[in-house]
Amino acid sequence: MAAVTETLDTVQSVTQSGYKWGFETTIEMDFAPKGLNEDIIRLISARKEEPEWMLEWRLKAYAAWLTMTEPRWARVDHPPIDYQDLHYYAAPKKKAGPKSLDEVDPELLKMYEKLGIPLKERAILAGVDPDTVENTQIAVDAVFDSVSVATTFQATLRKAGVIFCPISEAVREHPELVKQYLGTVVPTADNFFAALNSAVFTDGSFVYIPKGVRCPMELSTYFRINARNTGQFERTLIIAAEGAHVSYLEGCTAPQRDENQLHAAVVELVALDDATIKYSTVQNWYPGDANGKGGIYNFVTKRGACRGARSKISWTQVETGSAITWKYPSCVLLGEDSVGEFYSVAVTNNHQQADTGTKMIHVGKGSRSTIISKGISAGHSNNTYRGLVKMLPSASNARNHTQCDSLLIGDQSGAHTVPYIESRNLTAKVEHEATTSKIADDQLFYCRQRGLSEEDAVGLIVNGFCKDVLKELPMEFAVEAQKLLAVSLEGSVG
Amino acid sequence: MSTGATGFLERYEAAVGRLPGDSALRAAAAAAFKVAGLPGGTPRARPVEAWKYTSLRPVAEATFQASPKHEAETLLSGLTLLDAPRLVFVDGVLRADLSDASPTMTTVGHSATVAPLLTGGSFTAGVQIARFADQPDFGTLTWPDREPMVALNTMLASDGATLDVPAGVDGGIVQLVSLSGGQGDFHPRHSIRLGKGARLTVVEISAGQGVYLLNTVAEIHVAAGAHLTHIRLQDEAATAFHVSTTYADVVAGGTYDSFTLNLGGRLSRTEVHTQLSGPGATAHLNAAQILAGSQHADFTTVVSHTAPSCGSRQTVKNVLAGRSRGVFQGKIEVARHAQKTDGYQMNQALLLSPYAEVDSKPELEIFADDVKCSHGATVGELDAEQMFYLRSRGIPDADAKSILVRAFLAEALDAVADETIRGLLETAVEQWWERQKA
Amino acid sequence: MLDIRGLTASIGDKPILKGIDLTVPAGEVHAIMGPNGSGKSTLGYVLSGREDYTVTGGSATFNGADILAMEPEQRAAAGVFLAFQAPIELPGVNNANFLRTALNAIRRAHGESELDAVQFLKLARAETKRLAMPDDMLKRNVNVGFSGGEKKRNEVLQMAILRPKLAILDETDSGLDIDALKIVADGVNALRGPEFSALVITHHQRLLDHLVPNRVHVLAHGRIVRTGGPELAKELEKSGYAGLIAEAA
Repeated sequence: MAAVTETLDTVQSVTQSGYKWGFETTIEMDFAPKGLNEDIIRLISARKEEPEWMLEWRLKAYAAWLTMTEPRWARVDHPPIDYQDLHYYAAPKKKAGPKSLDEVDPELLKMYEKLGIPLKERAILAGVDPDTVENTQIAVDAVFDSVSVATTFQATLRKAGVIFCPISEAVREHPELVKQYLGTVVPTADNFFAALNSAVFTDGSFVYIPKGVRCPMELSTYFRINARNTGQFERTLIIAAEGAHVSYLEGCTAPQRDENQLHAAVVELVALDDATIKYSTVQNWYPGDANGKGGIYNFVTKRGACRGARSKISWTQVETGSAITWKYPSCVLLGEDSVGEFYSVAVTNNHQQADTGTKMIHVGKGSRSTIISKGISAGHSNNTYRGLVKMLPSASNARNHTQCDSLLIGDQSGAHTVPYIESRNLTAKVEHEATTSKIADDQLFYCRQRGLSEEDAVGLIVNGFCKDVLKELPMEFAVEAQKLLAVSLEGSVG
Repeated sequence: MSTGATGFLERYEAAVGRLPGDSALRAAAAAAFKVAGLPGGTPRARPVEAWKYTSLRPVAEATFQASPKHEAETLLSGLTLLDAPRLVFVDGVLRADLSDASPTMTTVGHSATVAPLLTGGSFTAGVQIARFADQPDFGTLTWPDREPMVALNTMLASDGATLDVPAGVDGGIVQLVSLSGGQGDFHPRHSIRLGKGARLTVVEISAGQGVYLLNTVAEIHVAAGAHLTHIRLQDEAATAFHVSTTYADVVAGGTYDSFTLNLGGRLSRTEVHTQLSGPGATAHLNAAQILAGSQHADFTTVVSHTAPSCGSRQTVKNVLAGRSRGVFQGKIEVARHAQKTDGYQMNQALLLSPYAEVDSKPELEIFADDVKCSHGATVGELDAEQMFYLRSRGIPDADAKSILVRAFLAEALDAVADETIRGLLETAVEQWWERQKA
Repeated sequence: MLDIRGLTASIGDKPILKGIDLTVPAGEVHAIMGPNGSGKSTLGYVLSGREDYTVTGGSATFNGADILAMEPEQRAAAGVFLAFQAPIELPGVNNANFLRTALNAIRRAHGESELDAVQFLKLARAETKRLAMPDDMLKRNVNVGFSGGEKKRNEVLQMAILRPKLAILDETDSGLDIDALKIVADGVNALRGPEFSALVITHHQRLLDHLVPNRVHVLAHGRIVRTGGPELAKELEKSGYAGLIAEAA
């Protein structure tokens, strides 16, 4: 979801109706029958024309999943999910994996146009001042329900040696890389949802940046759940070899529906010596209506391994959507002097529930991590930061700094902070600070005295509260994120 | 000898009917304990979040041993005590003959001996004292179904102090001294009740010899405008297990001011639940844990703000040497209508050894919007520049360390307002330090 | 023209303003003086619409419109500007963005076109320069980490950019050195004209040396006890409020 001018217009045009991405696209779909069993997994694997080893890998994950139970420790509450009542495969009825844009269903292209996604290869740009903003290009991989429908800029990327393709294609075209890294950061049996994803994942992005290459453009994946009663299980794997550098953006929306839909993704990042991966997410799945009906269950496992010395993984997320968010983008800091970062804004309104945070596992000497989390709770929502900072005995001179701030809007919401700090190295230093507050009446009055409406004042103050995180987003994303914050909080004051 | 839940339950079955107090409550507690068992007591025990960092497997697996030279009098004479009235419990049972027996006791109003008064008479200037059987509110604040160790205490408790300070009375200082050395597990049960505007300082001191489990529960009511200072000095035998759970309910304008110093024990868990249930109530839950060897100490607090305009303050310090492990879990809960809550918590750990470990979980659970709540946590070693500065002035390494550690602890200890009591705690820290040198 | 008649207001049950009658014709600057607790700041808050204050009686119109019936932002759009005695901090909100949002909200209310970032910056930089303030004033977060003097100067900068028709300065001079005082006075003087009026709430006469008022009103116990020309301020500086208040009581 790159923020092109059209997207901004889309966001700006948002009125009281709230969720603006709730339209449904009518495209002929190819569904697998409802339910989950080995045959379904075989079917998925067959549709993806996967090699035997991939199928075995899936079946092993499925066997593990059968022995597991849903995690119960998060502060989220939902009726039981019937895993047999879902479609695990849904694809636009056309041969998956079109060779060029011309092969893509025009309905699809129309939808992406509506969402402001640039599918055509062209320079895209959003910005206030044309003189100060450089022209940037963003390569996009679009995942529609279960399959990747189009990946742009292939030629330019290939020239730089960068592989950016649907993961289903990578399984076929780059099996040695996939075999080497898939499941090494998030093992198949890591947790209930990761196991489920490993068994049934249908698509997602694969990125490989070879040694010494700085990816010439931002890479972006746009995820869209469209079909009814369909789970979305995408899998993303990004590898930055020695000295490589990549910035990756991820965006997500879904139609407005009364029933809940399940989204259980897995993202694995691997950074080798001196490599940097910056992973930014603007999560705007349908949050459900004002009464808490409908919305996406967003149960996601994201983890990065800083395997190399001086490697760096930085997660930035703006979470405004989903009925329930269960998500902890984490870093395992194995390399000496490796760096992990987590910048997060989570907004909940109405009846949304978010339980999100990070884990920073320090193994390497001199590894450093920074956590900045801003939670905003409005309406009847609950917003929890849950995080772990762990210093292992080997993590000499490691450092962590954590800042967790919560803002409450209205007196019917909840803000919770659950940090875990564990240190087994005396030279490691951990600093943690957390605050909870509300928007002060005098701040609101000050803004209104200067002519701002109450909602604009809240928007301004909230954006100020989130500034330390928003400034970590790529510029085009930051503008969009700011608007999104305001939209998400609509109706929360007054 | 008793291991795991079974032994405790058998003892309960054998004693049931002879135990004082509400038998239905005990039966419910026994049922709860049967389900829960000792936290982490068996390898297959279901993990419990509240006991994430502390497992009582060592208790389940321990063979309790009486100290061969167990003599309460000797233990008592080795203790530094305050010049104030005291109730002495030996292996969990009140020993009137050792209580308030200090000939040096000169404090005005404290001179009466306690023994004749134990049936419910007046102890000091107005402090009503009674034994466990007379506790009027046994189990009214506790949650045996949530806290296995409270369930265990509730099913087996047979003695303890009941202190009642009538409205407007300043009860001065009362010491509750626990001496253990017998074989087994002891479950004292205390009840402390302050009337409107009353004041009292309770100093709990525990020490012992041998391998035993002391599992104390205290239920505390602080009425409007009353002020209770509650000091715990835990210096148990290095082979012992110590679990202490306190529930305090504080109403309008009342203050519960608590300080815990954990020095002894092989494994200890101090759990303090404070409910601020009237406007303007205040809680201070401060603590310091100083550990060496393979000691494990866990300080866990829950402050529930259930009324508006209450304040809570916590400063918790861990100093960890050897292979010790210090745990702090602190939760601040703010209910929907508890507006204008002011909650603050700071916890800091100092690691003195490459093998020490600290685990910290400060937690905020907030349902009201007009609140100011914050916490901070730091973990690290002694500041290298400060160490260098001291040493460059000629101070030897060990002394420099001790100076800086004491400076680190001072912030917590300074919260103890009474100079005599602070002196007592500082002396205990000094003695601990000397023991490490030896 | 600001026209206040029989205005009474309270905080909770406590009456603060006990019947204010005051007219400030367009183009005039009036000073409100008086001891602490006389209700000076309350008058400023009530006119700008702060919610903690309840108007219990009387009226206030500005250019014929009933401002007491308006939301705070509507009053701002109508041209009422309050320079706060203790300006509020807005962490993470930069001054330029804040001011542009405010200015555009006011312009929208007047049916004027909004200024884009470039146009706004040009205007804001010019004002910053004219008021001899450092450029980074615009980049910094609103009042965060500002010294007392900087906060007051920031209020004057905001006033210069928003160009109100009625400026209420609530002890903007307190805690300022003489140079800063002159900047405040110059800021107001620059806006003076037939369409502009100001209420200058102050404790001291010294601001009025640089910002000469048309009229001076003395407020005590929630009422205006005396009104005079600029010489009244000088008189008060010499003799204090005690005599006046006793006289009125």
